[in-house]
Amino acid sequence: MPTLTRWYIKSALVYLAVALILALLLALPATVNLPLFIRFMTPVYFHLFLVGWVTQMIFGVIYWMFPIITRVQPRGNVQIGWLSYALLNAGLLLRMIGEPLVATQSAAGLGWLLVVSALLQWLGIVFFVYLAWPRVKEKYRGG
Amino acid sequence: MPRLSQWIIRAALIYLLSGITIGALLLAHKGAPFLPVLWVWLPAHIEFLLMGWIVQLTLGVAFWILPRYWQQPRRPHEGYALIAFVLLNLGIWLVVAGTTFRAGAWVLFTGRLAEVGAVLFFAAHAWGRIVSREGA
Repeated sequence: MPTLTRWYIKSALVYLAVALILALLLALPATVNLPLFIRFMTPVYFHLFLVGWVTQMIFGVIYWMFPIITRVQPRGNVQIGWLSYALLNAGLLLRMIGEPLVATQSAAGLGWLLVVSALLQWLGIVFFVYLAWPRVKEKYRGG
Repeated sequence: MPRLSQWIIRAALIYLLSGITIGALLLAHKGAPFLPVLWVWLPAHIEFLLMGWIVQLTLGVAFWILPRYWQQPRRPHEGYALIAFVLLNLGIWLVVAGTTFRAGAWVLFTGRLAEVGAVLFFAAHAWGRIVSREGA
């Protein structure tokens, strides 16, 4: 299993655990006195689950198991893979902090956190699709 | 990877790009409002990513990687998988038409019906391939 895949899959498992812990907190009755910050994290929960866990797990497996391009550079440019991993995770973590902050402190001028988060995640996924696209093909048979 | 899987997986990647583009615009709008009408695209964002990306990619990989028969045809009832691909994509667009473009409740219903049909056709294709090495 390539190193990048190990990072994707281990990160995906961490996001799954964090998403479910967050779901647990969000399921507490309203009578439990949680910080307001937590109560605004429902969209963060969905995205930790679907981007952090599901999509990142899929990315790890695609990078590992899709047909190779050539023997010399089997999985394409690995630097683009790492860039995609870094951008996606930086964007998702920024959202995790930024979204409840913006919801609870709307006057604090923190909206830019979400703009940057959106751009980072978008770029991370665009780079991954660029890397994966040429590997959607017949099995490599040499040459 | 068979040709049909290539089509299905490429379609899934295109839906991923479309879905996250809408999602990124929505998230940016949450931080710095610039176009309130973007919220109309929320159902399309969800549909593209859940059905177009996750479900479609899963079906594409399953068609490729589930055990094949020893004899021809190695992948039985391939036509059913093709019909599933067509129905799933028709369903996605009808659901988006019914929600984002407000084409009416029956359009949405027909879209969901097409998606159910897609799953049934895919199951009809794949059922016999879900076996152990001994074929049991």
